[in-house]
Amino acid sequence: MNRRLESRLQPAIEPILVNNPVTLHVLGICSALAVTTSLATSLVMSAALICVLTLSSGIISLIRRHIPRSIRLIVQITIIASLVIVVDQLLQAYLFDMSKRLSVFVGLIVTNCIVLGRAEAFAMHNPPGASLLDGLGNGLGYAWILVAIGTVRELLGKGTLLGADVLALADNGGWFTPLEMMTLPPSAFFLLALLVWGVRTIRREQVEPVLVDEPGDKAAPR
Amino acid sequence: MEHYLSLAVRAVFVENILLAFFLGMCSFLAVSRKIETAIGLGAAVIFVLTLTTPLNWVLHEYLLKKGALAWAGLPGADMSFLNFILFIATIAATVQLVEMVLDRYSPKLYTALGIFLPLIAVNCAILGSSLFMVERDYNLAETVVFGSGSGVGWALAIIAMAAIRTKIRYSNVPAGLRGLGITMLITGLMALAFQCFAGIQL
Repeated sequence: MNRRLESRLQPAIEPILVNNPVTLHVLGICSALAVTTSLATSLVMSAALICVLTLSSGIISLIRRHIPRSIRLIVQITIIASLVIVVDQLLQAYLFDMSKRLSVFVGLIVTNCIVLGRAEAFAMHNPPGASLLDGLGNGLGYAWILVAIGTVRELLGKGTLLGADVLALADNGGWFTPLEMMTLPPSAFFLLALLVWGVRTIRREQVEPVLVDEPGDKAAPR
Repeated sequence: MEHYLSLAVRAVFVENILLAFFLGMCSFLAVSRKIETAIGLGAAVIFVLTLTTPLNWVLHEYLLKKGALAWAGLPGADMSFLNFILFIATIAATVQLVEMVLDRYSPKLYTALGIFLPLIAVNCAILGSSLFMVERDYNLAETVVFGSGSGVGWALAIIAMAAIRTKIRYSNVPAGLRGLGITMLITGLMALAFQCFAGIQL
């Protein structure tokens, strides 16, 4: 890849591993954990978020010079909410079962910190092209984490992937006993913690510094 | 009465909005370093939730629901697709109000909560409980119980977390796990503990 193209594509590539919104900035985990009980829900949720994030970044960047500073949050949220409504209606029209399984979590993209965060931090200061790429990159960064956790949870929790049997279940004469725990909420926390640990072990610069006592901090135990 | 009590227990413990549905994680992870700020934010969340969930119920019942506009002569109108926009607007307005009140009467809490107050507006727990309220078809009384119960559950979780985090400050955590990683692990253990409440019925 030549250097110029590389610098053009940088907003899209960087957030995937180096500046990942989930593992580095701790954004948007709410939905990342709740929908990962199976691979299919993770994929649909990722697609929905990528659509909303890319489009909202693009649109906000297009009109960024016309948004008054004092009401910018309201404008941004309105744009994001409208896009989410469109995505939600599309899901209800074409993938009704899936939209029932995702329950409120598609609607919660409105309050997903990644979307608002990218609008505020990037799209408000950059041209539409770069903002689209930035939205796409951050969406992909979020998506691979969702898909990774979703894969592990479905595979170990039910022995299936996308509903198809992969591991031979003990109930059907196979060798694999499903780990019930993987389908429960706590496992999502553990898996994400392990993932963060892994990413930060490879990229040591992301390790958080040791917190020192702030002066006057009574809460610290001795 | 029993029904409401059991709903409250469910909202606070069994189906804790943070530990079972992962809502409000962002501010939970960011503000749980100190007990004082955790208590402040917890109280703010309880207040905003208790206020906005019933408010959104009224909006949904009389404006958005299918057939809700019958009083305006539009019995066939179904505006429920506007849920998200209207709910988030109510929440943002309420948060703005809380901010102004806090600024006037408790400047110390106002500075302590800092940028996190506006963040309540985009706290998934707030919008989430309004959406759950619609999905589960609660009536007004149930909505009030559910809204405040979710708030109490969230506050309980963040205060407990802040207490644990001050305790582990001197532990020797592996470098890659420091901060986010170890907090997620502890949250997972807390979620496991809360799972034990499952099956408790009043």
